[in-house]
Amino acid sequence: MTDLLIRGGTVVDATGSRRADVLVQGRVVAAVGADLDVPRGTRVLDAGGCVVAPGLVDLHAHLRQPGREEAETIETGARAAALGGYTAVVAMPNTEPAIDCASVVREILDLGATSVCDVRVAGAITKGRRGEELAAMAEMADLGVRLFTDDGSGVQDGRLMRRALEYASALGVTLAQHCEDECLAGGGHMHEGEWSSRLGVPGVPAEAEELMVLRDLALARLTAPLGSRVHFLHLSTAGSVAAVRAAKASGLAVTAEAAPHHFTLTDASVAGYDSVFKVNPPLRSPADVAAVKAGLADGTLDAIATDHAPHAPEDKERPFDHAPPGMLGLETALALALGELDLPIERILALLSWQPARIAGLEGTHGGPIAEGRPANLCVIDPSAVWVVDPDALASRSRNTPYAGRKLTGRTRHTVLRGEPVVVDGEAQR
Amino acid sequence: MTATHLLSVADLGADGIEEVLRVSDSFVEVSERAMPKVPALRGKTVVSLFFEESTRTRLSFEAAAKRLSADTMNFSVSTSSVSKGESLRDTVQTIDAMGVDALIVRHSSAGVPWQVASWVDCSVVNAGDGWHEHPTQALLDCFTIQKELGSVAGLRIAVVGDIKHSRVARSNVLAFTMLGAEVTLVAPPTLLPPSLDGWPVAVSTDLDAVLPKADVVYLLRIQAERQSEALLPSLREYTARYGLTRDRARMLSDDALVMHPGPMNRGVEIAADVADLPRSTVTRQVANGVAVRMAVLFLLLGATPK
Repeated sequence: MTDLLIRGGTVVDATGSRRADVLVQGRVVAAVGADLDVPRGTRVLDAGGCVVAPGLVDLHAHLRQPGREEAETIETGARAAALGGYTAVVAMPNTEPAIDCASVVREILDLGATSVCDVRVAGAITKGRRGEELAAMAEMADLGVRLFTDDGSGVQDGRLMRRALEYASALGVTLAQHCEDECLAGGGHMHEGEWSSRLGVPGVPAEAEELMVLRDLALARLTAPLGSRVHFLHLSTAGSVAAVRAAKASGLAVTAEAAPHHFTLTDASVAGYDSVFKVNPPLRSPADVAAVKAGLADGTLDAIATDHAPHAPEDKERPFDHAPPGMLGLETALALALGELDLPIERILALLSWQPARIAGLEGTHGGPIAEGRPANLCVIDPSAVWVVDPDALASRSRNTPYAGRKLTGRTRHTVLRGEPVVVDGEAQR
Repeated sequence: MTATHLLSVADLGADGIEEVLRVSDSFVEVSERAMPKVPALRGKTVVSLFFEESTRTRLSFEAAAKRLSADTMNFSVSTSSVSKGESLRDTVQTIDAMGVDALIVRHSSAGVPWQVASWVDCSVVNAGDGWHEHPTQALLDCFTIQKELGSVAGLRIAVVGDIKHSRVARSNVLAFTMLGAEVTLVAPPTLLPPSLDGWPVAVSTDLDAVLPKADVVYLLRIQAERQSEALLPSLREYTARYGLTRDRARMLSDDALVMHPGPMNRGVEIAADVADLPRSTVTRQVANGVAVRMAVLFLLLGATPK
């Protein structure tokens, strides 16, 4: 593999920021320093005016394989991730079949082994994600699975969730909950409030999410002595953020994430009934958007996760209440965070890279720091690049981005995975 | 009306509604002729695309189109390619490709007429979308009130019943308030929308207090399944508190109208003998519906050459 010199950028990682070149030899960082020499045969990647950061880590991507390859595959999803600056993504288990046993985990890992992003796997908490019996968590943990979730739905049965937390505590793994009380959600299709009332669309109240957040905080407290670990997926309401903030203040060690669409879009977007704006949890009120931003700013929320959820056009063209929920996220998350969050880039990268890397148990290989001897999983970000989202230009196999036509600022210029330049000047190399 | 579609009452505005009502007035006379037909839409093709069962609205549009000499076609979901799994988009684009001028769309999902309008070149008329809107019903209701009481402006209108699930209520609240009426919604809290932010209405759970002051009582159909959804303990209990019984009807002022979009559940939201009182406009609403739908089709299709 050709050695690389990433030249002229500002290196930003958890240790701080400095002007430095980064020399990559083989799969690792060989040197970090100002004005490094270019050894013979080394390829130079220009990083002038750019930030050189640890590769981004997505805790929450639906790569659709196996089962829904018309919407996305491991290969296309990984390419979208690399273009978005990600060097690692966690593939969610709501595939067909669900990722609930070692054989399906192995299939995903095999498919991801040659892809342009490090594809990790979240296993299901319950068999078939049916919320009835525990899935073979130890068998999956033996293959390196560190996150478990029934995402797409939450574990409704509180007793079963308690048992899952107890069992998982012996494995040192984290249980991640999609918080939605299905009784209270009542089959709604958008946020319940002014807009759902006006549009005549059945709504999901914020309380359907908050009820399960509160339940799982109680269960986290109950099982904390065993060393259980709870992570909250895609929190979307002011009440959820407040509940997690209070729990953390009381000393409970839980983690939580938010998705870019929950800090950039509101339920008013649904007014034209375009199901590209249908997502679960739904787009909420302006007050909820403000609360999610505040939670990201004050550390209540530990990570930005995309909830990248590709759907084929024919599925999204169904009537709003029959269309599947979900929107693309991998190729737009970084620019939305840079543009919409009033935070310094170090904080934004913490939310996109090293904090999620720790939650996913990937801190050994991803999320930096950028230092001699560390694995060369890097991204180079041009924070001032202005671009317009063109759905047809996305690498994802699907087109369901809610940001079509939107002008964004900030873009991934290069992505380096295990020393290989997989994205150069915004172009995927394979 | 300059628009190419009629999707929401809100798109019309007060001026647009008044224009429809004026044109409707001239079409009432047509319907009363021995030969109730004018050549206004000769050569135009109007297709009813009903994805949800409806007899009265479909027939009313069909009568309206025929009296304007338009050619009419009927798309029936049960015998069509939809039952073979054809997508909504393919279905409407197939029909549009045959060279039609208007699609009359009814669907159980809110928003479908908007989707359809984005896919076709012809005019789209919303004939009811889920819980959302039913603009021609609101127009015929305004027309009926205007004919019976002179004007909608300044009237006190009580809309009673299942507001939450009612497209008729949503369109009527928009139309009545745009024309200057004071609207009070009367319903058990379980049958109100979760939020009324932005709705220029008053709300009451006490029908007896509202009735003596009302110029119009607009009753909505109560569906039996609301019981199984835990929104009501029983239809009997609904009737006891919110039904327009014979005793309650006596509380109305002499000129007050009783309206209902049909089909009625006699004995539930309206007592049988109240439905048959002269003040009950139910059949007059149906008759006016044809004239109003003629006006809508004429305004959408009549002025523009194909």
